[in-house]
Amino acid sequence: MASGYDRALSVFSPDGHVFQVEYALEAVKRGTCAVGVKGKDIVVLGCEKRSAMKLQDTRITPSKIGLVDTHVALAFAGLNADARILVDRARLEAQSHRLTVEDPVSIEYITKYVAGVQQRYTQSGGVRPFGISTLIVGFDPNDKTPRLYQTEPSGIYSAWKANAIGRSSKTVREFLERNHKDDLDREETIKLTVKSLLEVVQTGAKNIEIAIMAPGKSLEMLPVEDIEKYVENINTEKQEEAANRRPGRSGQASIPTRPAGEGSGSGA
Amino acid sequence: MYGEQLVFKLPLEVLLGITGKDFTLIAASKAAMRGATILKASDDKTRELNPHTLMAFSGEAGDTVQFAEYIQANVQLYSMRNGMELSPSATANFVRGELARALRSRRPYTVNLLLGGYDNIADKPTLYWIDYLASLAPVPYAAHGYAQYYCLSLLDKHHHPDIDFDEGMKILRMCTQELKRRLPIDFKGVLVKVITKDGVKELDYEDDVKVDVP
Repeated sequence: MASGYDRALSVFSPDGHVFQVEYALEAVKRGTCAVGVKGKDIVVLGCEKRSAMKLQDTRITPSKIGLVDTHVALAFAGLNADARILVDRARLEAQSHRLTVEDPVSIEYITKYVAGVQQRYTQSGGVRPFGISTLIVGFDPNDKTPRLYQTEPSGIYSAWKANAIGRSSKTVREFLERNHKDDLDREETIKLTVKSLLEVVQTGAKNIEIAIMAPGKSLEMLPVEDIEKYVENINTEKQEEAANRRPGRSGQASIPTRPAGEGSGSGA
Repeated sequence: MYGEQLVFKLPLEVLLGITGKDFTLIAASKAAMRGATILKASDDKTRELNPHTLMAFSGEAGDTVQFAEYIQANVQLYSMRNGMELSPSATANFVRGELARALRSRRPYTVNLLLGGYDNIADKPTLYWIDYLASLAPVPYAAHGYAQYYCLSLLDKHHHPDIDFDEGMKILRMCTQELKRRLPIDFKGVLVKVITKDGVKELDYEDDVKVDVP
């Protein structure tokens, strides 16, 4: 595969690929999973958290979810160290924007900026692309519409109702495609986020991070105990569904307690 | 090599700061002036740097807001980058540094500042006096401009470190009345803000009391 066209980053291969950018996407796929889900009036970010080692101090280990400005949150998948640089650029731009035009950035603007930085690193000499994809969420100033954008190492950006990046993102995205509805309320949105993450996170609540953005409020990191409750509820629900589906107990299943419940469990 | 002479006239703007037991009061005149003309009577000469630090400024029009907003952006950037507020003392030293750097450049800022804050770690109100030559002093009470001549003596007499909020307001009232009585211009009253452990709050400050001049 490699025949010199993957050395210099700004050189095309004869069939039109820029290999370094594709390798960067590979680095994203190796990163832990991050999920973003829009609800009716909130937007939720969920992250798979790598399990801490025994002697690690988890309190001061940085999170994969960061604040860019008071109304913009960012989650990433890929190389953590690259993300630090990119997030810092975004924060600087957010404050710089406030200083020059006296307005906070819109979510689309900051997404475009982040994607712009990522693009620049695919077309200049002596650098390597950012090995991260990002999910950028938040609310525009004086607006209650939740926003969710994704950026990629190539500099592509796109808007989503719900999306996943990183390890097993395909599985999670497919799960979201099956289960996402418009106008999810707060509880449903959080639950869907946790449930989608549980598709790929086996270890449960202690390896999940959830952040919630609501209009005019600061970022809310959901405490572990709360995430545990969601995980428990989801697990018992799954068990009930499994029991209901067992053919031997069809008499019991003739009174459906949860009409729409059957379909949602099929992916588990 | 000598730069341009830095000319500075004592401004007719009023900045006052008073600390108490658990609060810092900041008062700034509401008149925006250009020469002998008042352009506006509801000017806000303060900027909130973060939830527990308020900066009041006076001096060259344009310089003031430019400098204040530059500082504000940098202090907020610090909060975003580090996930915590810059403490009032750190902020004061940062401001002084920026002012000192600008002072030695081709175009220095001619800005006088009061930095009121509440230090949540030491659990103490703070007040810093900073002038356009970048001198910094932590003080229990302070004034800038001509207000110094009228207010510092009053504050010397009546202020002590553990006054409560009502006493602080009483002293502030004495100061603003004295200014009204003695200053030859109408500074259109003052905007009063208080910084406590709960953050910055603007206060209703009635300023229509008739003041007799002997």
